[in-house]
Amino acid sequence: MSVKIWAASDDFAPRCLKMHEMGIAMQIVEMSIASIPEEMNNVQVEIINLKVGKLAAVIPGSLRFCFDIVAKDTPLSGAKLHIEEIPVVVKCNECNKESVIKELSFKCEACSSGSTEILSGRELDIESIEIADG
Amino acid sequence: MEIKIVRKVLDVNEKIAQENREMFSEQGVFVLNVMSSPGSGKTTILEKTVSSIMPEINCAVIVGDICTTNDADRLARTGAPVVQVNTDEFGGDCHLAAHVIENATRNLDLDSVHLLIVENVGNLVCPAEFDIGEDARVVVLSVTEGEDKPLKYPLMFRVCDAALLNKTDLFPHLDYNRESAIDNILQVHPDMPIFEISATKSEGFSPWIDWIKNRLREKLN
Repeated sequence: MSVKIWAASDDFAPRCLKMHEMGIAMQIVEMSIASIPEEMNNVQVEIINLKVGKLAAVIPGSLRFCFDIVAKDTPLSGAKLHIEEIPVVVKCNECNKESVIKELSFKCEACSSGSTEILSGRELDIESIEIADG
Repeated sequence: MEIKIVRKVLDVNEKIAQENREMFSEQGVFVLNVMSSPGSGKTTILEKTVSSIMPEINCAVIVGDICTTNDADRLARTGAPVVQVNTDEFGGDCHLAAHVIENATRNLDLDSVHLLIVENVGNLVCPAEFDIGEDARVVVLSVTEGEDKPLKYPLMFRVCDAALLNKTDLFPHLDYNRESAIDNILQVHPDMPIFEISATKSEGFSPWIDWIKNRLREKLN
């Protein structure tokens, strides 16, 4: 009988994701900063455009709270998160019709089949950043 | 001025998950990710599951907990190699991410393992969002929890391939609406296989064990 304990330290895993929304906020900051062209100096990012599916396990309020903390002292400090909520849409494997899921019943609206595929609603995408002019 | 990025925020995790998946396929390992809220009976289920499957199929287990090695100690008694991941070093992570699994597997000799079971951190929210490179996901719901859990945590019940309804031996003592719980699971994920078991009484395990073996054979044969 043997139990190996493995616990990584932060320096081992610099990208380690802390609390759920905190990890996501850290990724957003990292990806946004990486997208700013090197030749641009003293950039102030005003808006970050995100797409978040309604099925994604993200609470916008928590994400904004975490983002404000991790964006401090970066070009993203004070930037606003514009979150576009994406509805859950499924496609029926039987009749090919698309349905928007509202009551958490993942059945086809047209033929009631339970065999459906999720087309949208799981997004957690960073679309663009908007930089202040001048 | 707008700068387009158009990337998934969890790109990094998904890339490592894909690398894990390729590594598991090369090594001939079937990976099962078991998730639930705390206290649903995951560890007891896995103790009994691993004991029934070994020695026919060599198993290994990765256990995620914020603190302690209690679960790993229990699972190690089955004879399977066990790696405990304590996420408190990560600031008390509420889920296992792909890079954590990648590193935990380095402590296992995967050449001699065909079934790797990952007992995720007890949580119905975050683990559903993080692909770890597994072949199948299973959610455990116990009858001491609310019947409406599938509706409260739809992503979890949607992304899983099977559900276990545990602690069925407690039905006589509870005011629990079994049909409602099953309807709620099927509402979020129609056609999902549901296995009703009592882990402490070792009841109802055969269909569940057969399901694992079939899925494993589908991948490895």
